[in-house]
Amino acid sequence: MGKITLKNVKKAFGDVSVIPDINLQIENGEFVVFVGPSGCGKSTLLRLIAGLEDVTSGLIEIDGKDATHLPPAKRGLAMVFQSYALYPHMSVRKNIAFPLKMAGMSEAEQTSRVERAAKVLNLTNYLDRRPGQLSGGQRQRVAIGRAIVREPAAFLFDEPLSNLDAALRVGMRQEITELHQTLKTTMIYVTHDQVEAMTMADKIVVLNAGNIEQVGSPLELYRSPVNLFVAGFIGSPKMNFVEGTEAAKHGGATIGIRPEHIDIVEGGPWTGTVGLSEHLGSDTFLKVQVDGIGTLNVRASGEVGRHHGDRVSLAPQADKFHRFNKDGRSMK
Amino acid sequence: MATKASRTAARLMISPAVILLFAWMIVPLVLTLYFSFLRYNLLTPSGNPFVGFENYYWFLTDPSFTAAAVNTLLLVGGVLLITVIGGILFALLLDRPMFGQGIIRIMVIAPFFVMPTVSALVWKNMFMNPVNGIFGRIATGLGFEPIDFFGNMPLGAITIIVAWQWLPFATLILLTALQSLDQEQLEASEMDGANWLNRFWYIMLPHLARAITVVILIQTIFLLSVFAEILVTTNGGPGTASTTLTYLVYVASLLQYDVGMGSAGGVVAVVLANIVAIFLMRMIGKNLDA
Ligand SMILES: Nc1ncnc2c1ncn2[C@@H]1O[C@H](COP(=O)(O)OP(=O)(O)OP(=O)(O)O)[C@@H](O)[C@H]1O
Ligand SMILES: [Mg+2]
Repeated sequence: MGKITLKNVKKAFGDVSVIPDINLQIENGEFVVFVGPSGCGKSTLLRLIAGLEDVTSGLIEIDGKDATHLPPAKRGLAMVFQSYALYPHMSVRKNIAFPLKMAGMSEAEQTSRVERAAKVLNLTNYLDRRPGQLSGGQRQRVAIGRAIVREPAAFLFDEPLSNLDAALRVGMRQEITELHQTLKTTMIYVTHDQVEAMTMADKIVVLNAGNIEQVGSPLELYRSPVNLFVAGFIGSPKMNFVEGTEAAKHGGATIGIRPEHIDIVEGGPWTGTVGLSEHLGSDTFLKVQVDGIGTLNVRASGEVGRHHGDRVSLAPQADKFHRFNKDGRSMK
Repeated sequence: MATKASRTAARLMISPAVILLFAWMIVPLVLTLYFSFLRYNLLTPSGNPFVGFENYYWFLTDPSFTAAAVNTLLLVGGVLLITVIGGILFALLLDRPMFGQGIIRIMVIAPFFVMPTVSALVWKNMFMNPVNGIFGRIATGLGFEPIDFFGNMPLGAITIIVAWQWLPFATLILLTALQSLDQEQLEASEMDGANWLNRFWYIMLPHLARAITVVILIQTIFLLSVFAEILVTTNGGPGTASTTLTYLVYVASLLQYDVGMGSAGGVVAVVLANIVAIFLMRMIGKNLDA
């Protein structure tokens, strides 16, 4: 079981209010991702749930029971830290067994659990090494191993992949997703990488300056962002925003159109000059200086041979417009 | 840039310093070795005949030698024990955020800056004196018999004084080490269900191992040559109860004017110190690599 409920949770460090007021419900077995810009309070929120920070006010419930003032160990949660936080003087085996030892489990039970976890995580050959003798990805796996042996109610991950190189990150991302599918345990995952958020999450929580902007599945957030912040934050390359008369024509104070929803056609409504063009092979990203509107990002197929200085004509897909009112809220 | 030419140049340029340092060390050592084989007493100026190992023989068979060797080990061991344990406790205390932290830290370090003679005299006259000392007054006030520290437990009293002087050093090094401990490791262990005692035993203490090794090695070197504290408090007595090897060498060469005997004692002390050093390195030095 791993149902976590936050009710009116507030957190301030001294006079600085980091989390003004948060209500959030996390269902059992969900993979929830917290995303948001740097310094928006993702780690703080995770640490509040873990019990490593005390809430200033509000309620945290785990499985329906009030856990607001329980010490971290009593909450039945396991955390994987960004720096892995492995114990450098213990072997991998001892690292993974540490929570079991603290729980007073018998040696035999410890060994069997450690070995089972090691097998799941491909660590069997490294059990007698020290963390200092492992690669980054292996250390990451040890940290995960230390978390899973306890069979916690929920896992908390704080940017666990940010110290890994791009290729390894993709691999570990898939491993964590698979782990979630096998264990079916609640996972809360903090990241500011939106590819991780989009690919892994059942539910994404978008945070901004300590407030929840929107909660929803990845596709919900992509299709119908509730405000300008979420619209700009989810999706890569970023959504284009157009204001002024052109926006008014489509019925909003601001309109948003994603780069992939603009086509290069003959005789479209918008014409402009190509500024930068990035050919990635599969895709081409163009920055087009559109007359009377400004710079728009356009995503075209990899075969498009447009270069700096070319004149192009663009047609936005009419049903893909996002309309926002003066306050930046979605009008749908 | 370790070309052959640059390496030769480097050697050439550091050689004056190395030669000077080497001479600085080797000349006194060789002279001491030389004197230790002579009969050389300033009270009987009858030439200085070569007598082989006679000085060594008399020095090592003197009953005060055994006493001094044991006293030296007890003193060094006692001070190490007090400073390492006390240093860890102080470091744990000072590591917590508290009011007036800066001032408290400076005050903790203060004893290290007091000269050994001065601090020993202060301890002797103002604290441990059975009549006028604070401890004596407190004991009398409470109706107990005051302890005559230097009469009944001279070595213990000196151990306390020396430990007081070296406690700041140990505290400082251990505090620095404690502050370099990754906070996330402590938080991780907290989530893993470790209580404070477990965190101390499994996380902090192993992290401190290297610093403790450094404290032990450095202190041992300096503690083997403790002298001023003994001279101004007990003069090595009563009898030989607080005589250490260093003090015994002093007695031989400067109280009995026996340069040959003193030199032999000095050489013995050097050899013993090296044995202790090798022993220590073997035992705990492996903490230093990795
Ligand atoms: N112990 C603390 N004392 C005071 N302010 C703090 C403390 N910890 C965090 N903050 C502040 O709280 C805010 C949120 O910090 P937090 O670490 O939660 O951000 P984050 O969303 O995890 O950012 P990042 O993506 O960079 O890790 C920041 O403005 C930070 O300066
Ligand atoms: Mg963070």
